[in-house]
Amino acid sequence: MNPTQELITNLADQYGRNREQLLPILQGVVEKEKFLSDYSMIEIARELDIPAAEVYGTATFYSFLEYKQMGTYIIRVCKTITCSMKGKNQILLTIKDMLKIGVGETTPDRKFSLLETNCLGWCHKAPAMLINDEIFTELTPEKVRGILTEYLKK
Amino acid sequence: MATTYNLKRADFIFRNENDWEKILNRTLQRDKTELINELISSELKGRGGAGFPTGLKWKLASESKVQEKFIICNADEGEPGTFKDREILTKVPFKVLSSMAICAYIIGAKQGIIYLRGEYRFLKPDLEKTISEFEYYCNEINFDFKIKIFMGSGAYICGEETALFESMEGKRGEPRNKPPFPTNAGYMDKPTVINNVETLAHTFTIFKYGATKFYDLGVQFSRGTKLFSVSGDTPKPGIYELELGMSLQDFVDEFGDGDTKAVQVGGASGFLVPRKRFGETAIGFRGKLTGISLPTGGSMMLFNSSRSMFNVLDNYLEFFREESCGQCTPCRVGCQQLLIGIKAVKQGSKPASYLDKLLKLTETMQYTAKCGLGQSVANSFSSIVENFREEMIY
Amino acid sequence: MSKKINITINGVVYEVEPGLTILEAAQNAGINIPTLCYHKDLCVAGNCRVCVVEIAGQKRLAASCATPCQENMEVLTNTLKVRNSRKHIIELLLSEHNADCTKCYKNGNCELQELAAEYKIMSQDLIDLVPYKDYTIDMFSPSIIKDDSRCIRCQRCVRTCAELQGVNALTVAYKGDKMKISTFFENSMNDVVCTTCGQCVNHCPTGALIEKNYIEDAWEAISDPEKHVIVQTAPAVRVGLGEEMGFEPGESVTGKMVAALKNLGFDSVLDTDFTADLTIMEEGTELLTRLKKALVDKDINIKLPMATSCSPGWIKYIEHMYPEYLGNLSTCKSPQQMFGALAKTYYAKARKLDPDKIVSVSVMPCTAKKFEANRPEMHDSGYRDVDIVLTTRELAIMIKQAGIDFRKLPEKKFDRLMGDSSGAAVIFGATGGVMEAALRTAYEIVTGREVPFDNLDILPVRGLEGVREASIKIEKPLENWAFLDGVELKCAVAHGLVNAKKVMDAVKEKKADYHFIEIMACPGGCLGGGGQPIPTNPEIREKRTKAIYEEDKNLSIRKSHENPEVIKIYKDFLGEPLGKKSHELLHTKYVARNRY
Ligand SMILES: Cc1cc2nc3c(=O)[nH]c(=O)nc-3n(C[C@H](O)[C@H](O)[C@H](O)COP(=O)(O)O)c2cc1C
Ligand code: SF4
Repeated sequence: MNPTQELITNLADQYGRNREQLLPILQGVVEKEKFLSDYSMIEIARELDIPAAEVYGTATFYSFLEYKQMGTYIIRVCKTITCSMKGKNQILLTIKDMLKIGVGETTPDRKFSLLETNCLGWCHKAPAMLINDEIFTELTPEKVRGILTEYLKK
Repeated sequence: MATTYNLKRADFIFRNENDWEKILNRTLQRDKTELINELISSELKGRGGAGFPTGLKWKLASESKVQEKFIICNADEGEPGTFKDREILTKVPFKVLSSMAICAYIIGAKQGIIYLRGEYRFLKPDLEKTISEFEYYCNEINFDFKIKIFMGSGAYICGEETALFESMEGKRGEPRNKPPFPTNAGYMDKPTVINNVETLAHTFTIFKYGATKFYDLGVQFSRGTKLFSVSGDTPKPGIYELELGMSLQDFVDEFGDGDTKAVQVGGASGFLVPRKRFGETAIGFRGKLTGISLPTGGSMMLFNSSRSMFNVLDNYLEFFREESCGQCTPCRVGCQQLLIGIKAVKQGSKPASYLDKLLKLTETMQYTAKCGLGQSVANSFSSIVENFREEMIY
Repeated sequence: MSKKINITINGVVYEVEPGLTILEAAQNAGINIPTLCYHKDLCVAGNCRVCVVEIAGQKRLAASCATPCQENMEVLTNTLKVRNSRKHIIELLLSEHNADCTKCYKNGNCELQELAAEYKIMSQDLIDLVPYKDYTIDMFSPSIIKDDSRCIRCQRCVRTCAELQGVNALTVAYKGDKMKISTFFENSMNDVVCTTCGQCVNHCPTGALIEKNYIEDAWEAISDPEKHVIVQTAPAVRVGLGEEMGFEPGESVTGKMVAALKNLGFDSVLDTDFTADLTIMEEGTELLTRLKKALVDKDINIKLPMATSCSPGWIKYIEHMYPEYLGNLSTCKSPQQMFGALAKTYYAKARKLDPDKIVSVSVMPCTAKKFEANRPEMHDSGYRDVDIVLTTRELAIMIKQAGIDFRKLPEKKFDRLMGDSSGAAVIFGATGGVMEAALRTAYEIVTGREVPFDNLDILPVRGLEGVREASIKIEKPLENWAFLDGVELKCAVAHGLVNAKKVMDAVKEKKADYHFIEIMACPGGCLGGGGQPIPTNPEIREKRTKAIYEEDKNLSIRKSHENPEVIKIYKDFLGEPLGKKSHELLHTKYVARNRY
């Protein structure tokens, strides 16, 4: 068994093999591998005995279930109205400038991916962004530089 | 009539959480019908958007003879401008859990589920700890009830109750046809009560202080208090518990920056109220004054005169275009048409009169879309286009 | 019996069964409500919203297909609000759709186009969204073309593939404006688990899923004086073709079809039914041989139950889904491929033709036949056995293109050689037909007597139930078959691949001890095939079924082994069933394919 298969089998053991467990398992794979490859989707389909196309159709519905190669740290900058009003674009520019990638791209070392996302629920502390599961609010270009510098060290 | 339309602060939701064991234990001793009646008499309406009377919902589910039932707490909070559910789950989670248990007791469910949006994953570890503490207590008082967390994965539409069930069943979050309604056939086609986080927090208040206490707050048709998520051009962004029924003018006086041009009430699916209507607009389920309805999730976004209403609408429409589940024609194609349409008008490739065609289109969307998302795009679109038409054109 | 309920539609009160939807109640009352995502074969989706109606007291309109009737409900199907909304929705669909109708294969046979015509959508006020999309066309499958730019996202194909076929090659992917009908990772239909059955094509209201058509190839061959072009027609074609030519469903048009084919310029018009009879000889013998080896010789390598192999959609399905059971498939080629192999050998020899100059065309109710003819192993004649496969629909197009007045055509008979058939072959077109035909012959081989059913009609295997079981007890067999005395021959028949799955799972879980199973990929069997006229729905399938059994009843020869041409080919060419020559030409192998 390769690591992906092992991961999926373990997740299925943990959650169960019913269709209702599909989302937790997809989430589990994304947590470990950052995205769902065609290979892992097929393995999930096999494990749960459901059609691969169903896994694909379901996964692509959810914005957080990436199906393209992603970096270790996925940066999601909120683009909804308040964040947008409060300087989301500067935040994006700062990140683009520091990491030399555009929205939807991943750094060559596969460390960072940059995405935009819809309302993160921090409008009162806009602008906001998520790095993986960690939330950062009331961002300024300086603050972003500080945060990224920390992550670059990781 | 107790209508004063003044802004009145309240403090129930975030107050004193330490007595949940006592309240829970006490309530679980009471007669079920009596509890339902108490809830009905409080006139509490759902705080998740649709404003359905909570007592009635529980009553309907309790009447079903089916063995297996579910109580689900909707923590998918995805409406732009709302962030109060997270605060509740962080600060007073036991109130929500207790209410879920009380609901389970009344309707006869053994399993509760919290559907937590993917964006709030960082809440999960603490919440799980709280749940296990809670379950431990339930066990101690011999009350057979379990709660688990189901994580969303970034899809606003999954806040719609039937889409949420689909999502929990491992499918695409596409809203179902109604009927059947959740109280008959919800999650796994079993009778299900689904309530917003805040709704459950209020039921705790009601069972703690009695229905009258709750009923006495607010105004006719809009009883009790509500959490408001205040953001945008305001010196005081944050979460505030206020009595329902205040006038928007009062609200702006309190939270505005002195230059408020318009307020978006109820998030992207809500309405934009321009300055000239502040005085005649009451915030509640049936804004008697203007016909404004439910304050979807209690989002209040303030815009001052530096903001372009075109940009605001553009941002909302992009949100809907992306977050529509895409299954039904009016919503999927309608959102694309509206977005491209307003841009075309702005750029001059369509005449200003095209806006009227788009207004008609939103009307069709409102009449024919399958779920609340597509139906409510008309709200912000028409209120923005009608009140700020020049900004759409020039 | 639950109480009926009263509902008012457009001012008239109707008493309806509880549980009926508004749409069904209206249809029963003769009131037409337009639909798109609705299909009688499928579960209700309620997503196109074209069928909206007004319910008194409600501001919003209701999707009539998804709304159950309720006591005292007042429904209005034709108010200004309803009309305007429907019109708007059709316009929206058109704006997202490549509405280049004159250049569409489905021009004239498209439900969206019909609605646009009905609602007189003249000007497009809305902005054309097609330039904003990167729509793709998938042409890699030999059977099916998927053109996303013509898709209206009604999801009929997805539901078809899942509910009728249990294949799930198609899925809904993404959300919002990006939502589309996709395959796994947007791979080509040719590379995913797709049986090529074409049921999605048959259920698609627009031109988004169409058969890959070979009409021009056929015309070219016909017009080439160097070529000898022969055509074979499958049993189900004759009971479907009429619908394309303006006949009511259920009218068999065999004679006219033959006449039309002759008119089109085919050099010889022959009948797949001939090789259907041959299939019975081979497959019946194969079954008996397997039984003997299993029961007498106790050979553990013999796989039972034996499964029919006429349906190429089913073959591809089992190759993907149950590759461990390929040994259970009869090794017989399908009638189409037997015909193809014989056309360039037996027929060529008898007619003194250079096989290289023969173009072998088939008309099939099926898109999977296109895939089948394309299989690399189907070259046993030394050439590609079947060159061009046309569906019933493509034939209809050719007849129309040729300007033939189909109704006025005199009835003609098939040519010889390979044009004779029995009633047993005709019923191949219906689910249960192969089973019935096989039993008629096998029973007689074993006992020397006719099957013990009135009129040879083996009713237990007929019908449209998804899975049917039957058994025949063999009594007093002939000496050679004495080992079968008292054996209860157990059979199962399934149609539609979801039902195939049921049978196969029963076999897999050892819950069933069948000897022989017949499986047809499409609901109703070939008469409901993916290449048949659109629409195909439960009522139409029933009518076509009736027509098939009628045809059988009216034939003088009703047993495959009595077909004089069959007797002759064994005498002159093949020798005996399962003989060496048969093995070379009429039998085949299967390949295991990916399950995912
Ligand atoms: C598009 C859409 C999104 C919704 N999102 C949420 C949500 O994030 N949270 C929520 O509690 N209710 C949401 N709702 C409302 C739910 O469908 C449902 O009415 C609510 O959870 C019921 O709880 P309540 O009666 O306590 O309000 C949404 C509705 C729609 C149509
Ligand atoms: S209205 Fe929009 S979100 Fe709701 S079902 Fe239709 S497409 Fe999906």
